[in-house]
Amino acid sequence: MEKFTTHTGIGVPLRQSNVDTDQIIPAVYLKRITRTGFEDALFSAWRKDPSFILNQEPFSAGSVLVAGPDFGTGSSREHAVWALKDYGFKAVLSSRFADIFRGNSGKQGLLAAQVAQDDIELIWKELENAPGTEVTVDLVSKTVVCGNIVAPFDIDDYTRWRLLEGLDDIGLTLQHEADITAYEATRPAFLPKTLPARLS
Amino acid sequence: MAKTLAEKVWDAHVVRKGDGDGANAQPDLLFIDLHLVHEVTSPQAFEGLRLAGRKLRRPDLTIATEDHNTPTLDIDKPIADLTSRTQIQTLRNNCAEFGVRLHSLGDAEQGIVHVVGPQLGLTQPGMTVVCGDSHTSTHGAFGALAMGIGTSEVEHVMATQTLSLKPFKTMAINVEGTLRPGVTAKDIILAVIAKIGTGGGQGYVLEYRGSAIRALSMEARMTICNMSIEAGARAGMVAPDETTYEYMKGRPHAPQGADWDAAVEYWNTLRTDDGAVFDAQVDLDADTLEPFVTWGTNPGQGVSLSEAVPSPEDFGDENAKAAAERALQYMGLEAGTPMKEIRVDTVFLGSCTNSRMEDLRAAADIIRGRQKDPNVRMLVVPGSARVRLEAEAEGLDRVFKDFGAEWRFAGCSMCLGMNPDQLEVGERCASTSNRNFEGRQGKGGRTHLVSPVVAAATAVRGTLSSPSDLDPSPESAAIRTNAA
Repeated sequence: MEKFTTHTGIGVPLRQSNVDTDQIIPAVYLKRITRTGFEDALFSAWRKDPSFILNQEPFSAGSVLVAGPDFGTGSSREHAVWALKDYGFKAVLSSRFADIFRGNSGKQGLLAAQVAQDDIELIWKELENAPGTEVTVDLVSKTVVCGNIVAPFDIDDYTRWRLLEGLDDIGLTLQHEADITAYEATRPAFLPKTLPARLS
Repeated sequence: MAKTLAEKVWDAHVVRKGDGDGANAQPDLLFIDLHLVHEVTSPQAFEGLRLAGRKLRRPDLTIATEDHNTPTLDIDKPIADLTSRTQIQTLRNNCAEFGVRLHSLGDAEQGIVHVVGPQLGLTQPGMTVVCGDSHTSTHGAFGALAMGIGTSEVEHVMATQTLSLKPFKTMAINVEGTLRPGVTAKDIILAVIAKIGTGGGQGYVLEYRGSAIRALSMEARMTICNMSIEAGARAGMVAPDETTYEYMKGRPHAPQGADWDAAVEYWNTLRTDDGAVFDAQVDLDADTLEPFVTWGTNPGQGVSLSEAVPSPEDFGDENAKAAAERALQYMGLEAGTPMKEIRVDTVFLGSCTNSRMEDLRAAADIIRGRQKDPNVRMLVVPGSARVRLEAEAEGLDRVFKDFGAEWRFAGCSMCLGMNPDQLEVGERCASTSNRNFEGRQGKGGRTHLVSPVVAAATAVRGTLSSPSDLDPSPESAAIRTNAA
């Protein structure tokens, strides 16, 4: 996972609460065999509507999604995070995230920044008044900057640390690779191996 | 300190204890002895490795097979469904790239992942076994700690051969007594789930204990552990004993020579110590157990076959009442109807729960010399290509074909209908599988979970039936005459 310290990109105001994962990515796309290439699946139902925010310039090139409360509710599908990332989003701001979505985001390096709803409202106005305004999300200082607005955000310490260090769960475990190797050396010889294959 | 079986296996696999204590404790890092892989939950994990430039740490502890998507007819032809074909081909490419042993469709060792592992002797007592499939609990029958995991965890195991896990609680399921003829392991586990509910095992590892469990064969123990997940449990286990060793001995990957002796010495320590404390206990009386069958749309909605469809009013809890109402509507059943008067359209004998040699033999013994109800379709899907071959060597395929059943190739098949083996809308099925969820066996399909012998008796009579409901067959009558 890439380290996340700070990101600056076009902010996209999504004036919707309860954006569930079925809206983020409908179930029909879960049959795919890849973890990438879900950009077309993101909000696919909503994107059929020409007035949807991502169908408007310059928002189509956005990378910071500013959404209403209760973002990412519903199913546990990690595909929701994959789709946001594949489209180009690096961070999502909301006053409240569903637990599972927030957990999945942390695993995949998408920053889910919890911002007070009052500040979200200010950022929405700024982005609507001056489309294309960039938003800076600084994970070191835990602040969001948009025009003249400077707002703090919350994120749990463990996830913040993992994102700053660029550690996914696997990266984190591999920090203890010496322990794994040491353990492997103690495994009894009678335990089975799949290779070389022995057949009936 | 006295430990349970599950705690012993856990402790033997801790690579690194999580920092902190109590509620704030970080997870332990556990070593994984065997990783089973199939086509559906692995593609994104392999791709994750590729994108991160990581290797598969232990190809020698990993094995793959094709089961969920595979057709059970015309397996020598290209798979007709393009999505399925692509997913299978992806598994083949990934296994070739990462050096994973794969048993493909057509191979004598191909089959349902939870049938293949034990059959090859790769599943052994005291191991940690994982797979991107919830029915990995099957392998607990050997005294292994075996769990289903999600795709991110599949990738984690591929890269590190470990999993970060928070400790679980332990529950003893004590089954004492002797099963009556016609009552099987499937009936034990269906009764357990009906008793504790589909969420009753949440957060627990179940250990099945008692004289009735000790008397069971390995394949029967696998049936029980398989459905632990249907009670919401993380895993199910049975302590290894002579029955386990007898089953293991001589299997391709079982230890040999001095390794065997060392292994048995270790395996003999794998039982819950006297004085070890379980977090919960459940008792079940094997003596009075009858063949069990589900009437609803979750595996906990079951009754004895001799009973009637319950009424929603029978349930005190409002949620259970509402669930029963919805289930009866979906299942097209009237409260009060005797279960044995329910007609079925299809009988499915198969799945990781009940598709092994003993299951096929038990069903064949019931139908031998009888005729199938003409209105019933019966599908027999062996759990693996090896099981199919063995069954054919015993002539079981002829028994099923003479009876009028379809004899298919191995795979998950109608258990979840990812391949063409599906129920039609409204079709009713007596199934030896593990889930009776809405639409599980095909959109609008209605599932009654049963044991192999109940499935067989049902195929004879056309209504849900136990073997004791059958008239003596000419053949079994002849056997009796000869004996006399």
